[in-house]
Amino acid sequence: MIWCCASRNDGFPVRQSDGLVRWRAVKKTRRLASRRSLIAVLLFLGVACAHAQPIVIGSKKFTESYVLGEIAKHTLNDAGISAEHRQGMGGTIILWQALQGAQIDAYPEYTGTIAQEVLKTDRVLSLNEIRDALTKFGVGITEPLGFNNTYALVMRRSEAQRLGLRTISDLRNHPELKFGLTHEFLDRHDGWQPLRARYGLPQQNVIGIDHALGYSALASGSIDVKDAYSTDAKIGEYDLVTLEDDLQFFPRYDAVFLYRLALPAPAIAALRKLQGALDEKRMIRLNAEAERTKNYTRAANLFFEGDRASTIAPGETFFHKLKRWTLRHLELAGISLVLSVIVGVPLGILASRGGTIGQAILGFAGVMQTIPSLALLALLVPLPFFGISVRTAITALFLYGLLPIVRNTATGLQDIPRALRESAIALGLRPMARLWQIYLPMASRSILAGIKTSAVINIGTATLAALIGAGGLGEPILSGLNLNDHATILQGAIPAALLALLVQWLFDLLDRVVIPKGLRL
Amino acid sequence: MSALVQLVDVSKRYEGAPALHSTNLTVERSKTTVLIGPSGCGKSTLLRLIIGLTAPDSGTISFDGSRITQANIDTLRHRIGYVIQEGGLFPHLTARANILLMARHLGKSPEEMRTRLVELCELTRFSNNLLSRYPIELSGGQRQRVSLMRALMLSPELLLLDEPLGALDPLVRASLQKDLKEIFARLRQTALLVTHDLAEAAYFGDGIVLMNGGRIVQQGSINDLRERPVDPFVSEFINAQRTLAEI
Repeated sequence: MIWCCASRNDGFPVRQSDGLVRWRAVKKTRRLASRRSLIAVLLFLGVACAHAQPIVIGSKKFTESYVLGEIAKHTLNDAGISAEHRQGMGGTIILWQALQGAQIDAYPEYTGTIAQEVLKTDRVLSLNEIRDALTKFGVGITEPLGFNNTYALVMRRSEAQRLGLRTISDLRNHPELKFGLTHEFLDRHDGWQPLRARYGLPQQNVIGIDHALGYSALASGSIDVKDAYSTDAKIGEYDLVTLEDDLQFFPRYDAVFLYRLALPAPAIAALRKLQGALDEKRMIRLNAEAERTKNYTRAANLFFEGDRASTIAPGETFFHKLKRWTLRHLELAGISLVLSVIVGVPLGILASRGGTIGQAILGFAGVMQTIPSLALLALLVPLPFFGISVRTAITALFLYGLLPIVRNTATGLQDIPRALRESAIALGLRPMARLWQIYLPMASRSILAGIKTSAVINIGTATLAALIGAGGLGEPILSGLNLNDHATILQGAIPAALLALLVQWLFDLLDRVVIPKGLRL
Repeated sequence: MSALVQLVDVSKRYEGAPALHSTNLTVERSKTTVLIGPSGCGKSTLLRLIIGLTAPDSGTISFDGSRITQANIDTLRHRIGYVIQEGGLFPHLTARANILLMARHLGKSPEEMRTRLVELCELTRFSNNLLSRYPIELSGGQRQRVSLMRALMLSPELLLLDEPLGALDPLVRASLQKDLKEIFARLRQTALLVTHDLAEAAYFGDGIVLMNGGRIVQQGSINDLRERPVDPFVSEFINAQRTLAEI
């Protein structure tokens, strides 16, 4: 079952796996081992090298999906296959596209969702029908993992008892109730519209709200009914009741793993080990553990407990995480800023000459700026080169940072008095010398101000990169939003704000170095 | 006596409006020629045409016997100095860097540049100590002296001055006029100076060229203009600039 806000804020990854680092370490160890004996080399080749890259597991933006993703990663690692987990990448469509584009190799999904959202049919399909249909896309499906996580409408227990509500049909007599539904549920083929039609529900007051925020809204009484899924640990935590689906509207949502058929056989075999291994009770326990500890790896480890000693490293310390987030954040903002400067300054020089080309350049950069950053990310994700990656985040930030630099370079150059411009020409300086020795230094204050604006914007906007699994300080912010945990939000928000101030301050220092003294007097 | 610059049938229009009608002019070597006339008469346009900041619509301009074209203008500019009203100094460069800009660009040796700089400071009565100042730290008169040094750095054959003293107060202006005249005499400098001040024109001019409405109205000495005006505008222009004694 999918609990993501479908279109606007797809995928809040909670914390990006440190899988890459760990994977390198694993590879290194393997390399040492491989030197020791030929057998080890052969094993290594047979098991791991058939797929040189680590297997990438994706997950959707809700607790259960994270936990299943961690379990899959752990299972693969135990089978000697390197794997990484990209947490909370988005909703069904994003994950499905990422799977098709081979940006991920496998992810946990539910049979009902596959039929409705991926295969776009209203018919109830058997597992074999689904398997046949998916084969055409080069995608395989495991047998059910063992639990059915179906949709449910939930209410505060006190409210339900007061109004005497037990089933979804009972809602017909209470048009005054306020519904807060996730964006994905509002849009789904098996979501709100057909549900309302089947039951003849009269409620008009229906808003779209993030899944995690919806629970707070429900608890505070801002909404009365929300969508949930039957293994959600929050149902118990918030003392909610599930309204019975008395007309059997919701299809079955058996949890399965989808994987690329091109995966090496050992990887598929490892995933298949999870078939029938998780019943509903166990899943609820794992979900509750994940929500309680806010640590998905630990919750996933519960699943393996007693089997064998865990090979998963203990959780990172806060400072280690903070360092990782900050470095990634600086990497995203820094690389994109450098690109913006490299491209933006020459474009600004061109634009300063005016004419059709100048207008076109300023127009293009202006349009880039008006596209909401979330929309820009969403637009880039389906493109072949981009997908769910750091590359996409950097590209979006780069396009965002372009306008201030282009515009400030152009105006800085245009503001040079004509007399000085002509003096440079009359002296007999060659065009390139005029540009480098006269025009650019004279426009340096304006250009640098543009770069500073871009840098500060980029630091802020880079928090959104976490939406597409690119990491950075957006990770704790989105994670906190998902868990409705303010402390976690602040772990990202405060460093991001400090970083922006620091960058501003560094640029003020840079002004003194870069802007010629004669212009500062 | 030979011509350094020669304009033959040169005309120029700006956005359809004629700035300069078909004009002939000769700038003699080692003389100071002064262009004078009311605002918009085409005197600055003439200067801009010679330095190649704008191209003529018709006619030819030749410098030292060769026709000025897009191909040779950059090289010719190294043989022409150009001073404008506010000095045109680059604010991000010190006085020294402004003066040496072109010499450095052309790869002159440091000793050569140092020697020339000392000569120029002496010539323009500019204190060595001020060379490391930025234009904004200099007075208007000092800026014009720096601008003049920059124009003279490469020992140009021709010096173009577009109202070089226009923005200065009277005392500074008088002292700079005197210095300029001495410099021209000492260097036997060929100069073409634009002004709208008749007294200044008379003070400098070996020959005065009076312009109006994009045409040369009369050429000659101040006495020619005063005593043998070719049309009523000449008398009107001369009478408009009364001296204190007449008031």
